[in-house]
Amino acid sequence: MIDGALSVSEVSARLKGAVEGALGQVWIKGELAELKVYASGHWYFTLRDRDCQVKCVMWRTYAQQIRARPPEGAEVFVRARPDFWQERGEVRLSAVALLRTEGVGDAERALRQARESLGRDGLLDPLRKRPLPPFPMRVAIVTSIEGAALHDMVTVARRRWPAKLLVVGSAVQGEAAERELVRALTLVNRLRADLCIVGRGGGSREDLAAFNLESVCRAIAAVRVPVISAVGHQTDVTLADLVADRRAETPSAAVEMALPDRGDLQAGLVAQGTRLAGGLRRRTRLAEERLYRAEDRMRHVIERRVAGARERLGRLGAQLDALSPLRVLGRGYAVPQDEAGRVLRRMGDFPAGLPFRLRVADGVVGARVEGT
Amino acid sequence: MSDGAELAARLRRLEEIVRGLEAEDTDLDRALALFEEGVTVLREARARLEQAEFRVQQVLENAEGDLRATDLDA
Repeated sequence: MIDGALSVSEVSARLKGAVEGALGQVWIKGELAELKVYASGHWYFTLRDRDCQVKCVMWRTYAQQIRARPPEGAEVFVRARPDFWQERGEVRLSAVALLRTEGVGDAERALRQARESLGRDGLLDPLRKRPLPPFPMRVAIVTSIEGAALHDMVTVARRRWPAKLLVVGSAVQGEAAERELVRALTLVNRLRADLCIVGRGGGSREDLAAFNLESVCRAIAAVRVPVISAVGHQTDVTLADLVADRRAETPSAAVEMALPDRGDLQAGLVAQGTRLAGGLRRRTRLAEERLYRAEDRMRHVIERRVAGARERLGRLGAQLDALSPLRVLGRGYAVPQDEAGRVLRRMGDFPAGLPFRLRVADGVVGARVEGT
Repeated sequence: MSDGAELAARLRRLEEIVRGLEAEDTDLDRALALFEEGVTVLREARARLEQAEFRVQQVLENAEGDLRATDLDA
């Protein structure tokens, strides 16, 4: 009996910790060998170089995203992390992506070509970018129906703004992504939407490949309403981001960018209402003050006029008085008038026997010419 | 004009009205007319906002190319 002997399980557990802690998810360059594709869709293969080899597995979920199966002996990049399979006592690399090295060159070339082609047609021109509508009521969303991205967007939207979200489902990675994204984006033009958000949640660089395809970018450019791209990857900017009118770093951020906050707007309306009432009050007060001032001025003018008239009247009265013939009569003069009231001024006006009247200060005296 | 554009237009008009009311040289008749219009616009904007309903729909296209929208529980 040896004291301190470990059980197999204990050793296995420690090895698992050591192996899996040794390396995170990394890119590995090597030669592909012994590739076996099982009916289940999982891939088993070996990666090797001149001196060493490691066994790898790629589960169906990832394997089905590979468009063309590379031949044995091909040089590949594999993104994988180590697993220790305790029941078999073996180390395996769990692969999530596999690219042919020459394919990587191809992908870069394709990306460059796509960018040049889009640029030639002016689709990358910043001046093409359209402003977002301030109050979108119908928002088209192109994303995966099953994705967490959709759930996040709906949650943020519900909190912010009573819009109608029109979700057009599409694969966002894998083989179907290109066709489905193009179809979904084309369909958006039939939805009478105010705005379109196209995106997906975070993923590896390969997961975002569809958003670097020229066809998808052209479909984005052809959407007749402003488009926000929300491809959840903070470090990589995709071609789709460059073609879209705005870029958001995450789907949730896209919704925040797109939708105003209902509370803010309601508060704004209340403030406008207050300004409206205040404006009117101020305006009527101004009018009232003006009215008072006008009243005062009018009264002043009238008073001045009345005073002037009174003074003039007094003056005229005095003048009139001075000129009054009654005043002359008062001094002892009399005015002879014939019966028609004509004043008799000369000798010839008085033939003998003519009856006439003499007007004196306090009345009329009847008279007759005696002789001449 | 879409609903959203209409709301935006209403809010722009409201802003103009308030500025008009706050201006010194607006005569009283005009101010009263502006106030009345402002109250109407404000009421309409509020109503629009209250009527608007948050909804999530999935849009599907059938083989004939017809579109159908179904409510989506998200």
